[in-house]
Amino acid sequence: MTASNELAVEMKGITKRFPGVLANDNVDLQLKHGEIHALLGENGAGKTTLMNCLYGFLEADEGDIFINGEKVKVTNPNVAIAHGIGMVHQHFMLVPPFTVTENIVLGGEPSKNSMIDYKKARKEVEEISEQYGLQVDPDAKVQDISVGMQQRVEILKALYKGAEILILDEPTAVLTPQEVEELVSIMESLTDEGKSIIFITHKLKEVKAIADRVTVIRSGKWIDTIDTNSATTNELANMMVGREVILELEKEKAQPGEVVLEVEDLYAKNNRDLMALNGASFSVRRGEILGIAGVDGNGQTELTEVLTGLRKKESGTIKFKGREIKKPQTKRLFEEGISHVPEDRQRRGLVMDFSLYENLILGRHDRKPYASKFKMNYKTVKNEARRLIKDFDVRTPNEVVKAKSLSGGNQQKLIIAREFDREPDLLVAAQPTRGIDVGAIEYIHEKLVEQRNNNKAILLLSLELDEILSLSDRIAVIYEGEIVDILDVEDATEEKLGLMMAGAESEEVEGGNDVGR
Amino acid sequence: MVDKDISEKKANYLKSMKIFDYIIPILSVVAGLLVGAIFMKIIGADPIEAYKVLWSSSFGSMRGFSEMLVNTIPLIFTGLAVAFGFRIGLFNIGGDGQFLIAYLASAYIGFLFQLPMYFHLPLAVLAGILAGGVWGGFAGYLKATLGVHEVITTIMMNYIALYFVGYMASGPLKAQGGLPATPKIFDSAKLPRLMTGLRLHWGIFLAIGAAILIYYILWKTPLGYEVRATGQNSDAAEFGGINVAKNLMLAMFISGALAGLAGTSQALGLEYRAYQPFGFIGYGFTGIAVALVGKSHPLGVVLGALLFGVLARGAMMMQSMVGVPKEVVQIIQASIIIFVASEYIFKYLVRKWRERKGDVIDAS
Repeated sequence: MTASNELAVEMKGITKRFPGVLANDNVDLQLKHGEIHALLGENGAGKTTLMNCLYGFLEADEGDIFINGEKVKVTNPNVAIAHGIGMVHQHFMLVPPFTVTENIVLGGEPSKNSMIDYKKARKEVEEISEQYGLQVDPDAKVQDISVGMQQRVEILKALYKGAEILILDEPTAVLTPQEVEELVSIMESLTDEGKSIIFITHKLKEVKAIADRVTVIRSGKWIDTIDTNSATTNELANMMVGREVILELEKEKAQPGEVVLEVEDLYAKNNRDLMALNGASFSVRRGEILGIAGVDGNGQTELTEVLTGLRKKESGTIKFKGREIKKPQTKRLFEEGISHVPEDRQRRGLVMDFSLYENLILGRHDRKPYASKFKMNYKTVKNEARRLIKDFDVRTPNEVVKAKSLSGGNQQKLIIAREFDREPDLLVAAQPTRGIDVGAIEYIHEKLVEQRNNNKAILLLSLELDEILSLSDRIAVIYEGEIVDILDVEDATEEKLGLMMAGAESEEVEGGNDVGR
Repeated sequence: MVDKDISEKKANYLKSMKIFDYIIPILSVVAGLLVGAIFMKIIGADPIEAYKVLWSSSFGSMRGFSEMLVNTIPLIFTGLAVAFGFRIGLFNIGGDGQFLIAYLASAYIGFLFQLPMYFHLPLAVLAGILAGGVWGGFAGYLKATLGVHEVITTIMMNYIALYFVGYMASGPLKAQGGLPATPKIFDSAKLPRLMTGLRLHWGIFLAIGAAILIYYILWKTPLGYEVRATGQNSDAAEFGGINVAKNLMLAMFISGALAGLAGTSQALGLEYRAYQPFGFIGYGFTGIAVALVGKSHPLGVVLGALLFGVLARGAMMMQSMVGVPKEVVQIIQASIIIFVASEYIFKYLVRKWRERKGDVIDAS
């Protein structure tokens, strides 16, 4: 062990280039022994790139890395692991059909007579989980345990390999509020044991609640490293974004009108042919935003896809504007007045190799005034595109560039422009702000509220509880493909929603009552 | 705004890389010729002499020029067929089968009855289009309804076409006499020749017309929009209400019809009957190379077909005049395809070079 005044990790002047992009520009980071250090920045600021340089997934073009005072060339993850660095990725790298024990020892299995010694492995896993207070069931299969548990397995995996320094990449993104609290206490007990932790995040509240110090980076550049106590959430936001940001969304009370969408007892299967929607029922009225809160993978994707004709329903009824839609077909629903902001903009929402003007007519490309039967009116299309780009503040040199040349936020604005321009009666917005910068988030939130005020019905599906709470007028909680409860936003708290998202009945949640069904 | 600068720079960067889409095929041709020269050196031939012959065989005389274009016509059609398939994300390997079916169908209409030319010729051409289209479209149907991969079905259907046409030409439709072929077609179904004494026929206009039509379809019509959207991202196409299955079938029909036109022009422009085939001529396969070199763009396909037409013509002349075996031309063709296909390496090197120059653009 090194002297206490030394740093666990020091990264000096790290520069990393990608084709056409300077992802890290002379970035410094210092991690003290036993501290929790937040790495804060917007999406695309270069946080993950910096950590990938430390973990050896990428090699920095310039700059030096010191681990416990020793200069190290981290050419691949094995070097990082040998120096006591462990990384828990945003998307877990576990083998689902394997047991917890098997996953933890994977790559360093204890062996006896060239056979894996499962008994020893299991014992080691139990010991290590006891030592750090990370309770897991060593014999459970990873596919059968919750996401929070899977994260523990990932952490244990790193500890098993002897990690002294842990990198957690957006660890709270997939957790319910209660699971976040558990994670925080785990992190604290780890630092008590002398571990040092870097955690990557773009959530300001977490920085304040969890970290001792924070390093802020913006557009690949180091901005500042400070004690978290010495700055307010607003100041941190300004550092991260580079200008004043309004964290609270102003909106007047909703004036809901007639019911636009009515879903009764909806069943649908997922891609693995398992039932993902188990009798979901809810309705959305004009002039309101109904938020669907839930942990990822509880049927949100399937719900969106059924409502937009991209997935077959097994049973149940969908009534739109008072009429039942027997066979939802994408094209017909489009024409009936349902717009859709898909959760995966690059896979569903845009043709990345198409120009902006071509993308802006996707879905109405065969209709007047954009086309007649055998001829596209690209002149009209381009004129319309220029108007939309201006109206929706899409930052681009012109309408001819390809969608892939835009930043994530501008790509999302492009989709919003296309979907809002069609003046829909119902807007299904799935993860409308995932992975985009704060400026674009603010803009899209404003636009959603504006649509609501224009008497449109909006169904909002989001994994970000903050987003659901700040935008919705009513909140429906989805759990295992069922709507467990619908609350007015005034009655909803993060704690209450969190418990329901984890499957608790509303009666079990203190003060919860059935509203608005 | 900072944002604007970034996307502008990024767009400029992508634009500046786009020029390599044009440069790479040209560089590949040059590199392919160099590889050919090395092989000639190894076997003791004079590459400069050989390449002079290669050039003059196509451009040294009217006859040579005509013969070269005769080679080019079917390659434009099959090249377009493959290119159109690529645009929607399908790999039509069945060009040879579609060629043969259309070849027989056009010849059949050609000898079946005598009609006025303005009626007979279009009818015979149409027969080829339909036959090739249905042959290709069936593979599209299997793909769209049952998810059977088009590479498998089109390869298999090549053999069905080969033996079916062989059987028909040497059996039920065989002309009297010893020749395993159908009767000769009537003059009214022939694609006229451009000049007496030369074999070049009106098929060249059909081919260029087809290239223009395909260009128009792809970039000027709603169908082309849907085809390209489906090819680039079928999930997004589905999201946009596009009937992906229908478009797959239609695209395979069009692709098959294009390959079929190669067979049609062979029957109506050159051979005036359908012979029993003793194997694939390989236009369908060469069409893949043409589409690759031409970057699946109709103009690129025409240029690529010309290149392969020149090489095919030159292969024979180089063998007879400077003793370079015609296999060397196959080496040249193969190297060109390899170079085009390894475009990633070119782009990678350029990128590295630009990075070294410090010509890097801001963070995204």
